Amino acid sequence: MHELPQQLANGLILGAMYGLIAIGYTMVYGIVQLINFAHGEIFMVGGFGALTVYLALPGGTALMLALPLMLIGGIATSVLVGVAAERFAYRPLREAPRLAPLITAIGLSIALQQAVWKWYPDAKKARTFPQFKSDAYEFWNMTIQRGDLFVLIAAPLCMLGLGLFVSKTRTGRGMQATAQDPDTAKLMGINTDRIIVMAFAIGAAFAGVAAVAYGLRTGEVQFRMGFILGLKAFTAAVLGGIGNIYGAMLGGVVLGLAEALATGYIEEIPGMTQFGGGSWKDVWAFVLLILVLLLRPQGLLGERVADRA
Amino acid sequence: MTALLEVEDLRVAYGKIEAVKGISFSVEAGQVVTLIGTNGAGKTTTLRTLSGLLKPLAGTVRFEGETLTGTPAHKIVKLGLAHSPEGRHIFPRLTITENLQLGAFLRKDAAGIDKDIQRAYDLFPILGERRGQAAGTLSGGEQQMLAMGRALMSRPKLLMLDEPSMGLSPIMMQKIMHTIRELKSNGTTILLVEQNAQAALSLADCGHVMEIGKIVLSGTGQDLLHDESVRKAYLGED
Repeated sequence: MHELPQQLANGLILGAMYGLIAIGYTMVYGIVQLINFAHGEIFMVGGFGALTVYLALPGGTALMLALPLMLIGGIATSVLVGVAAERFAYRPLREAPRLAPLITAIGLSIALQQAVWKWYPDAKKARTFPQFKSDAYEFWNMTIQRGDLFVLIAAPLCMLGLGLFVSKTRTGRGMQATAQDPDTAKLMGINTDRIIVMAFAIGAAFAGVAAVAYGLRTGEVQFRMGFILGLKAFTAAVLGGIGNIYGAMLGGVVLGLAEALATGYIEEIPGMTQFGGGSWKDVWAFVLLILVLLLRPQGLLGERVADRA
Repeated sequence: MTALLEVEDLRVAYGKIEAVKGISFSVEAGQVVTLIGTNGAGKTTTLRTLSGLLKPLAGTVRFEGETLTGTPAHKIVKLGLAHSPEGRHIFPRLTITENLQLGAFLRKDAAGIDKDIQRAYDLFPILGERRGQAAGTLSGGEQQMLAMGRALMSRPKLLMLDEPSMGLSPIMMQKIMHTIRELKSNGTTILLVEQNAQAALSLADCGHVMEIGKIVLSGTGQDLLHDESVRKAYLGED
């Protein structure tokens, strides 16, 4: 249980998931300076969207065949909710004091949780998510479940795609311009409203992918799953430097690794035995956040805000 | 013949404070028109309203005969009105080339864009030398060149320049003013807002003096340059 490669693999899997969700926080913050605290729930509804698609398929469909459709269902649900949140909850408050959209985000988070709890069939308890039945992969003293392989492949692909989109395409450049100076972006002919919708949509899509990964890993989805994972992903985004998409991924991986290592090794430090194991991992994650913020307030890859003169 | 830009009784307010209190002026194609006046006279507010960043309280703005009121900023650029904002506002973390490309955001002719980027480098050689550098690393004067070059990338019918000489060294200021003169001789129509009244009036066809939200005096550049009240108030003479 305490072998290093296994702990690293666990950390990486967890970190990839955090990173995918963190992208949503960081993109929205980068463009409209809003911490979308409902993003955890945008992630959560993606899980239920994917589950719904699976349940709609004929019984006995191989998971391998169902997975692409579930992925589409999860992404579509998250994007729909994310874009609707922007359009109907945040956009009317765009000129309002910063506190108003923030409170709205918290309210929306609770509302989405309760809506799923009340209206999704049997969602008052955790619902079973399909899992790969076949054997886990074993190599280099590591055991990797088939379901976990999904996030290890999906996260780098998503990141690569996003990186190329932002740096190479015309729309991506418009997105960077809007993040750096929204009024001037308008003067270039950029429809900043559209860019904002796109930032919400991309963030939500990544959350949808993460939700499928979460379901495959834990074998269930439940209405509260977005709360702690959303908080962790937000931590990852701040850790990496909020507003920076590569920072979000890096922050996720660093956080995931830190949790895995803390779970595995803290209890071996003399006198620290009671602070080890899984129950303390959240504490260590936030200790790491506090340390990084003390030593490097802008986050690992964050830039100082001063250049927005 | 209708003017390229016609502004009629324009009023703009921030909340309850009226910053522009009913001004009218026009810009003919090929002209350089300048708005001068002290801080807080409403010059920048006027330009920001013309480019759609602010919504006017009342009044009409017509560009090539078409009413602009209510048109969002990103569509106004498409009509041919470019705005180089006060304080330059280049995109600091993008390269010089990327900044220029953003100026041509609405254009689809890749070859033409490349040609115009080259022309910006010819106009401002220093930008060409540093094309791969983040724009935030440029000096104030170089950033101003970039802001002007970027505004020209949309091939505007009317170029609005807001305080292009602000905060620049005298040498850099001369260089910028020289460039504006060059643009003028190429036939570019310019609406120039300046605190440096001397420089602005000496190259403008037509000028308007603004004071707390109103145009108090209008005339040709040369007339205003020799007007006694203007000399006293804005050119620092007793």
